[in-house]
Amino acid sequence: MSKQKEDIRIGFYICHCGHNIGSVVDVPGVAEYVSKLPNVVVSKDYKYMCSDPGQEMIQKDIKEHKLNRIVVASCSPLLHESTFRGATAKAGLNQFFMQMVNIRENTSWVHEDKEQATIKAKDLARAAVHRVAFHKALEKKVVPVNPDVLIVGGGIAGISASLTLANAGKKVYLIERDATIGGYMAKFDKTFPTLDCAACILTPKMSSVLKHPNITLWTWSEVSNVDGFVGNYKVTVTKKPRYIKEELCVGCLACIDACIYKQGKFYDEFNFGLAKRKPVYIPFPQATPQVVVVDDKTCLHFKTGKCQQSCAKACDRNAFDFDQKPENVEINVGSIILTTGFEPHNPVKSPNYGYGKYPNVFTSLEVERLVNASGPTEGHVLLRDGVTKPKSIGIIHCVGSRDEKTNKWCSRVCCMYSLKLAHLLKEHTDADVYNFYIDMRTPGKGYEEFYDKLLNEGVQFIRGRVSEVTDWATTDSEKGKLVIRAEDTLIGIVRRIPVDMVVLSVGLEPAKDAQEVRKMFSISCSSEGFFLERHPKLAPVSTFTDGVFIAGACQGPKDIPDSVAQAGAAAAEVLALIDAGHVELEPNTASIVEEKCCGCQVCINMCPYTAISFNVEKGKSFINEALCKGCGTCVAACGSNAIFQNLFDDEEILSEIDGLLVE
Amino acid sequence: MQSTVNNNENWTPRIVAFFCNWCTYTASDLAGVSRLRYAPSTRVIRVMCSGRIDPEFIMESFAKGADGVLIGGCHPGDCHYSEGNYKCLRRFTLMQKYAEQMGIEKDRLRLEWISASEGKKLQEVVNDMTDHIRKLGPSKIKEVVETIVK
Ligand SMILES: Cc1cc2nc3c(=O)[nH]c(=O)nc-3n(C[C@H](O)[C@H](O)[C@H](O)COP(=O)(O)OP(=O)(O)OC[C@H]3O[C@@H](n4cnc5c(N)ncnc54)[C@H](O)[C@@H]3O)c2cc1C
Ligand code: FES
Repeated sequence: MSKQKEDIRIGFYICHCGHNIGSVVDVPGVAEYVSKLPNVVVSKDYKYMCSDPGQEMIQKDIKEHKLNRIVVASCSPLLHESTFRGATAKAGLNQFFMQMVNIRENTSWVHEDKEQATIKAKDLARAAVHRVAFHKALEKKVVPVNPDVLIVGGGIAGISASLTLANAGKKVYLIERDATIGGYMAKFDKTFPTLDCAACILTPKMSSVLKHPNITLWTWSEVSNVDGFVGNYKVTVTKKPRYIKEELCVGCLACIDACIYKQGKFYDEFNFGLAKRKPVYIPFPQATPQVVVVDDKTCLHFKTGKCQQSCAKACDRNAFDFDQKPENVEINVGSIILTTGFEPHNPVKSPNYGYGKYPNVFTSLEVERLVNASGPTEGHVLLRDGVTKPKSIGIIHCVGSRDEKTNKWCSRVCCMYSLKLAHLLKEHTDADVYNFYIDMRTPGKGYEEFYDKLLNEGVQFIRGRVSEVTDWATTDSEKGKLVIRAEDTLIGIVRRIPVDMVVLSVGLEPAKDAQEVRKMFSISCSSEGFFLERHPKLAPVSTFTDGVFIAGACQGPKDIPDSVAQAGAAAAEVLALIDAGHVELEPNTASIVEEKCCGCQVCINMCPYTAISFNVEKGKSFINEALCKGCGTCVAACGSNAIFQNLFDDEEILSEIDGLLVE
Repeated sequence: MQSTVNNNENWTPRIVAFFCNWCTYTASDLAGVSRLRYAPSTRVIRVMCSGRIDPEFIMESFAKGADGVLIGGCHPGDCHYSEGNYKCLRRFTLMQKYAEQMGIEKDRLRLEWISASEGKKLQEVVNDMTDHIRKLGPSKIKEVVETIVK
């Protein structure tokens, strides 16, 4: 199938990529081999093809040798295709006359056998040389970008991104699943390493979000459907019934007092069950917005239908509406930032630490609430009985982190927050505090200094993984205590430390519904389940889906400073998109050659975007190019070879196959 | 071409690998970035979606001398274009039957769902497939096709 057309003049350029390719593939050998292939006019190797001199060489050759096709053998097209397309275009050639050959990610980085790697590189180069002859001049499709932005998740990352964009004059929809924004940060008393009060720095931001004229905040809401593509997404948001007309509620909380339950009786999610709430409630005093919620799973009206509705009667603004149903709202946005955060490790999965078995084993998050002046105990650190102050406390690091049995990764924030909790617990109780750690990980500005400070505060540090927590006493001093058994690797003995309270420093895991969210937004997760960035170094907040960005702990364990930094980066990416005003889309759409179409309509069922319709008069099918997203499924299904796809046409792929196999 | 049929240990089969841009192609980039070593047998052709893979591509590959054809797409439910991979699966099942009738051993044609994060799986699949094909030796389909044509 090789196209022996005289007018095809190919330039072949192969990159050493320093030693990355050159140390495995015989680069000059491949260049020499390709120079003898039909239609190849120039064949050169160079140290760094993507560098300016490399690109200039290609441009010069295009002009000098009247080249009309370019093949670049280097890294993955996912990395540098746009670079070499740009170089091609600069020399006045249509950018789609360039084809890349991946001999780095696909070859030199994964093979050790130099001879085989070189054979493979030659095969791949030959395939591209065959293919490129069939390339057509194409233009990118230019579509406008809707300047409105959707942000999903109102933790500190979502809040920061929303404010940055709104301050730049962009219209933001912030969607939060809970009844309030704030995320985990809203639950903390102090934050490391500066020990500044979390509420003092967070709540002003929360109210700015609420008041901002450019931000539409929908709490108690979730995204239920996403359609469209970069610049033009159509999103359905489902507002869950709150049974309160939000615009009427002023947060006077008279209804909560009036509820026929005189005391809180139900699990209080915000306090991890350390307190009880009523069926009508507000998550915490500074909840934003200040609008109550009725929990239909516990409210008597919903359970029995026989409640006298004293709450509704107490509302002088008539804000109650027990007939509310889920409401779907459709919005159009051009870009999306996901800031859906993390899920703490559930320590029941690490049974040797006794969580759920011994009442006085707590999670770090529970302790965050206990030390919090506005928490369930007003800042008094008490054991589960609600009266006893602990005299000794053991903090166990890395629960659900760096552990083959649960999660392999380091959760990054636990060492630091364990130090913070050690400091706060000491301050609140003056108890003996022991930290059991594997390694102390404190990289970050002011973090190591914070650790040093703790070392001088009389907190004990024991290096070694804790094997178990038991209530099995072997001496009198252990009676009635929880005994932490751990190997002290610094002195090489197994120690038993009896304490009143155990704190488990649980790790950070992907959100429970990360997989569903990922599917809805057509992005990927890395193997542990956090959202996958486009490139770990060079595109840390982008995803493989254009126009969808990620920030904060949904991308991986992260502290507040890093979450805020990523939120800023994501906002900047979005601003770049909006300010450009338009995006260029790959022209890889399909179209039907009318004369060849037999009107069988097989293709119509193949298309997930209803881009293909049947013209009854002509007896032929047609593709609406604006709806086609270029998957090519219809092309493969067409029995009459009547459909062709730009960039991935039959003759292009078939010539690639031939080129691969026929020497 | 190498044709040391009996000494399959050192023989590297040639596998044409059609990888979907969004999952398996990205996984193969990841395998590269992670320096996961695997057999130098695959020759990747990138397509936007596994749904693009025309049965003709598979037959053409065997007819031109491929020792195996590997298709990599997104996991069920994950296709970037919602269901191209299901269409691919349906065609694949048909192709498998057809290939067997043509005398192409089952192990020479393989479909795998490999997500963008599964660089490790890509390595394992390529190595495993290469081992299986090594046991079978070079494909004879090309010769068969050539004699038929003659
Ligand atoms: C015990 C503990 C103590 C810590 N202490 C500190 C500290 O002192 N200093 C520090 O810097 N860091 C600390 N951290 C880390 C800190 O919690 C995180 O860095 C921070 O919460 C990350 O913010 P985020 O916005 O990415 O995620 P989150 O805080 O998890 O917020 C995510 C938000 O998105 C919402 N959401 C999730 N899914 C959806 C969905 N599908 N639709 C709509 N909304 C959704 C959630 O309801 C939530 O409001 C601590 C962590 C722990 C576990
Ligand atoms: S996009 Fe990967 S199989 Fe469809």
